[in-house]
Amino acid sequence: MSGPMSGSISASAIETAPPIRGARGPAIRARSPRTLPLGRLARRGLALALSLAAWHLAASHRLDLGLVTFRNVPTPAAAAQAAWALLHAPLLPTHLGASLVRVLSGFLAALGTGIALGLAIGRSRLARDLLLPPLEVLRPIPAVAWIPLAILMFPSSEVSMAFITFTGALFPILLNTVHGVESVHPRLVAAARSLGAGDTAILREVILPGAAPSIVTGAAIGMGTAWFCLVTAEMISGQYGIGYFTWESYTLQNYDDIVVGMLLIGLLGMGSSLVVRWLGERATPWIGAGAQR
Amino acid sequence: MSAGAAWAGLPAADGHVAIRGGAIRLGRGAAAFDVVENIGLDIPARQFVCILGPSGCGKSTLLGAVAGHLALSRGSVSLDGQAVTGPHPDRGIVFQQHTLFPWLSVLDNVAFGSKMSGVGRAERRERARALLAQVGLSDFVEAYPAELSGGMQQRVEIARALINQPRVLLMDEPFGALDAQTRLTMQELLLDIWTRHRTTILFVTHDIDEALFLADRLIVMTPRPGRILDDIPLAFGRPRDRGLITDPRFTAIKQRCLALLQGAPGGVPLARLSPIGMP
Repeated sequence: MSGPMSGSISASAIETAPPIRGARGPAIRARSPRTLPLGRLARRGLALALSLAAWHLAASHRLDLGLVTFRNVPTPAAAAQAAWALLHAPLLPTHLGASLVRVLSGFLAALGTGIALGLAIGRSRLARDLLLPPLEVLRPIPAVAWIPLAILMFPSSEVSMAFITFTGALFPILLNTVHGVESVHPRLVAAARSLGAGDTAILREVILPGAAPSIVTGAAIGMGTAWFCLVTAEMISGQYGIGYFTWESYTLQNYDDIVVGMLLIGLLGMGSSLVVRWLGERATPWIGAGAQR
Repeated sequence: MSAGAAWAGLPAADGHVAIRGGAIRLGRGAAAFDVVENIGLDIPARQFVCILGPSGCGKSTLLGAVAGHLALSRGSVSLDGQAVTGPHPDRGIVFQQHTLFPWLSVLDNVAFGSKMSGVGRAERRERARALLAQVGLSDFVEAYPAELSGGMQQRVEIARALINQPRVLLMDEPFGALDAQTRLTMQELLLDIWTRHRTTILFVTHDIDEALFLADRLIVMTPRPGRILDDIPLAFGRPRDRGLITDPRFTAIKQRCLALLQGAPGGVPLARLSPIGMP
């Protein structure tokens, strides 16, 4: 564990340096998170290092607390070795590819459906009355509970897994879209009408861009839940995929690989949420404009 | 520039507004109330009319009915003999709080009306550029509305309404949220623009000085339910400058307006209504 430790030591040595706040160039579009001062960055690095150390101690001493036991938990070093081995395993691209295809197809279907339904519900009282009650009944059902029915409903197991991710991503996107549509001020709509906009133009030129920031938020949350749901689906009816890999490692007693699978899932979920946010910021460049004035 | 020059920016037809026996009711059921009643008003083409009245008297609501955002409960509104049935780019409107689209640049905000009427991108941007030059914002075409000051945002609003060559420009206390100095600048700017875009203007305000400085004619309204209390012609010459405010004829009419507004019954100021209905 020399990596993070040495990093934090060198960082804390600079901690006495004058604060760098304000030393950055003029930030025009200040939407990206502020860079933390080095002292706090060091503290956060230290926290990570301490967690790793605690994990190492508990796993290497096979700590048994009765209620919870670390007897079968691999050490960080074993997990790192397994990760290194997996990086060179021929099956890794297959696992990753299978998971990515499932998540992306489910997510994109949820994005299209969520935005379309959200616009309809947010704009039309009839659509709200017809669509909202059944959706409210379906919403609290967790993705795992869908699995048996999904297997029965979809002859292809690939489609059934994509469907599970779809159900997970749909609701955050849908609800945020409805919220975004409702947040568009009636005055903006009135102004657009006085400028000659018809119903379609109002939807395309006013409602959709007005709701865009909320849709981006919903999409980022939806991407996270899509991964969450995918892994559950893969554990039960998968053949390849990261969730399947994790569950298979348990059944084959490759305990080191369990942790590797978990970390991989975390990284992929975080990474794809970041990609969605990045794309979202590109799509809504006006957000944060004027904040510096 | 040829495209911008060919487009004269002048309204196609006249701009004669007529309101006959107009009344507006807002609210539902037992909570419904009359906002304005028995409004009869004839505004000849290219006249600058200010509507003056206490807060909540329904002058903004009346403006909303001319814009077509609200329906009259009785009577009729027409423009050049055609009944008003809904919003139309012939009747441009500028609100007190800006309604610029936050996601469009200043240039694309102004060009919006032309986009709606199917004008090509290059052509409509050329028109928008010409209008932004007239309101003194040539240096801010690429900015987002949130990056502008309140006065600049209202300049963009005016330019945006004018791109459709409206026959009537409806203005609902457009400078009411600005500081005193900016308000004076904007009044002079508006008169300057009006010499180039000779539309009919219906301008709602509760500022007597503003109304007298701008208008050809002043309509004074009673508190809610609003009715027309007086109709005063303002025969001051044009172009007007700030010196007008100390002119004895100006102060005489100002005295008369103050007396009218103070003499009106109903002391408690009412909540402001908006041109698109209940706040």
